Amino acid sequence: MAYSKDQLLARLKELQIEFSQYEHPVVLTVEAQAKYVGNLGGALSKNLFLKDKKHRYYVVSALADTKVDLKVLSQRLGLGKGGLRMAAEEALVEILKVPLGCVTPFAVVNESARHVSLLLDQGFKAQEYCFFHPLSNDMSISLNAHCLDKFLKSIGRDPSYVDLEANPPVGKDQPPDLAAFVPSDAPILSDLPVKAPTQDSTGKHVSAASNSAAVAAKAIKPSGNAQNVKEKPVNTVQPSIPAADAGNFVEELLDRASALLLSEISEDSIKQHSGQLGAEVANNIKKCLREDLKNLATIFKNTAYTEGFYAGTRYQPKRL
Amino acid sequence: MEKVEDQNPQQEEDQVVNPWEVSAKDGGKIDYDKLIDKFGCQRLDQSFVDRVQRLTSRPPHVFLRRGVFFAHRDFNDILDAYERGQKFYLYTGRGPSSEALHLGHLIPFMFTKYLQDAFKVPLVIQLTDDEKCMWKNLSVEESQRLARENAKDIIACGFDISKTFIFSDFDYVGGAFYKNMVKVAKCVTYNKVVGIFGFTGEDHIGKLSFPPVQAVPSFPSSFPHLFSGKDDLRCLIPCAIDQDPYFRMTRDVAPRIGYHKPALIESLFFPALQGETGKMSASDPNSAIYVTDSAKDIKYKVNKHAFTGGQETIEKHRQYGANLEVDIPIKYLNFFLEDDAELEHIKKEYGAGRMLTGEVKKRLIEVLTEIVERHRRARAAVTDEMVDAFMAVRPLPNMFD
Repeated sequence: MAYSKDQLLARLKELQIEFSQYEHPVVLTVEAQAKYVGNLGGALSKNLFLKDKKHRYYVVSALADTKVDLKVLSQRLGLGKGGLRMAAEEALVEILKVPLGCVTPFAVVNESARHVSLLLDQGFKAQEYCFFHPLSNDMSISLNAHCLDKFLKSIGRDPSYVDLEANPPVGKDQPPDLAAFVPSDAPILSDLPVKAPTQDSTGKHVSAASNSAAVAAKAIKPSGNAQNVKEKPVNTVQPSIPAADAGNFVEELLDRASALLLSEISEDSIKQHSGQLGAEVANNIKKCLREDLKNLATIFKNTAYTEGFYAGTRYQPKRL
Repeated sequence: MEKVEDQNPQQEEDQVVNPWEVSAKDGGKIDYDKLIDKFGCQRLDQSFVDRVQRLTSRPPHVFLRRGVFFAHRDFNDILDAYERGQKFYLYTGRGPSSEALHLGHLIPFMFTKYLQDAFKVPLVIQLTDDEKCMWKNLSVEESQRLARENAKDIIACGFDISKTFIFSDFDYVGGAFYKNMVKVAKCVTYNKVVGIFGFTGEDHIGKLSFPPVQAVPSFPSSFPHLFSGKDDLRCLIPCAIDQDPYFRMTRDVAPRIGYHKPALIESLFFPALQGETGKMSASDPNSAIYVTDSAKDIKYKVNKHAFTGGQETIEKHRQYGANLEVDIPIKYLNFFLEDDAELEHIKKEYGAGRMLTGEVKKRLIEVLTEIVERHRRARAAVTDEMVDAFMAVRPLPNMFD
């Protein structure tokens, strides 16, 4: 479950981490943030959420003045020249669980962001305190880099600061100096799949894996025990499980057919039907499974229709 | 469409069957022949079942084969028109008075799903949340909430969303639907409605004005988003036979306002676990198998509470056999065991005393558990968005495909 601003603030207090908080109207950019907390003495941060070609994610948190060159960074990470780009908005919500304009080092507190790499500007260390969003754009908190470290250590993160402006050569004899920051055992995530519509239809972003979507997918699984429906063997970053999943559907059909097939073929039945066993089994399978499979197909159809219907109600007509 | 609270005084003569009360003579069994006679509907005989099989090119539903749906009005007209290439639409409904549905509640829906698949026709399902709000004194919000919850179980019966429109009265009454309600209301005098439904001077005016709400889904013009231009479309209503008086009123009014009379196909009552004379009641969870029951619950209920026709001792049982007339497991198997041959075998062996009650119960438990499991899995796949989609006022372009 996504960490909330309040939970974060409570946690900081628990850890006796010194910080100050400032509420302000929602801001989406550093310039806007500057209007409210720019002249309080601390340094503002700019925060980027990036992704590489292998779907690994990075939060780069730097002083607002630090120049961050994505091409250089990409090489230093060993991703080649054009390996890094800004992550999609959906990923922001899915993985960091924060809205647009709210990327912050604190977002790695979320379970979904476990494999997101965090790069911190060494420039933070020289500052008395720096401003970050505490998981919400309507507030900024200022704290010393030292305090930020304390928090990061408390969640099992090793805070490491990097000279983000450096541009060391990378080549055959000079390995990329930031290669260690590339997440090693991040699960391979395909581009976030089509999400099933959820209860929470008010937000712009369809939230991940609502219970009903997950349960819907589970319902297609061959599980005799209804209790299993609530469990989700989902990968760590929790993309929502598409409800009308053709793959799951087909697996379920094949599971049932093969289970029945196996039960039909036994020593007795082989003796009884010998050469005709094939035809006999085929007939039985059809007879027994027909209604069952039709029901599964209807569920699948209804689910797909519902997804389309939901999308249709939020369709934006072409601008003329 | 559920039975409403007891309004009619117990009549001196035999059984009482109306939308609010079903009781047999002297605490015995319902005499269905007498009922058909009294109501004036027709028996659904084997020739109908064969005809349905021919027209739909598939085996007839177990409820037809076993005479669960046993009476009708004008079903032959529907079939005649169908043979000529004229389709029809289905109309059924539920009064959402409680969240807990039992297997008896599902019967009309299981049968309606079969009809939808076999004849490839559209279906409208009415959730009479207003009725329950009035009769059961629920708040408007609660009855609407129950309607949505019940809709999920109904959807889990396997209806095709591209051919099915579910609506709640609170949401849908208005427009063309209301116009038809007024047309119907104009044709039924106060005296008549009191005579049919037993209203008294103490009943509030909501109750008196409710009947047209349940009548007008029988008319295609009530659904302009579905059947615009198809005023000639016939309607078939699968329901339990206690609803018959209700649609007698509708059939009486229909020609007077220029519409086809709706046809009906009617079912027996689903017996309570404790026996035909017992009453299934929401307050007694042991009187029925609920769709939320676990396999353990089903086993317990059938073993401990099902009324059987077995003899008191094994020796007596082997000698006299079971009384199939009152045996609930046999009756339930009659409803739910698909395999005709197996059912025959069980009846024969059990009736002769060679099979024991325990075995019959065991088989029943298997059958019921499978049904409830399947329902639960299907129910888990129903999201709120799916309910919204089923209940959206939208065209169904493929409804006859």
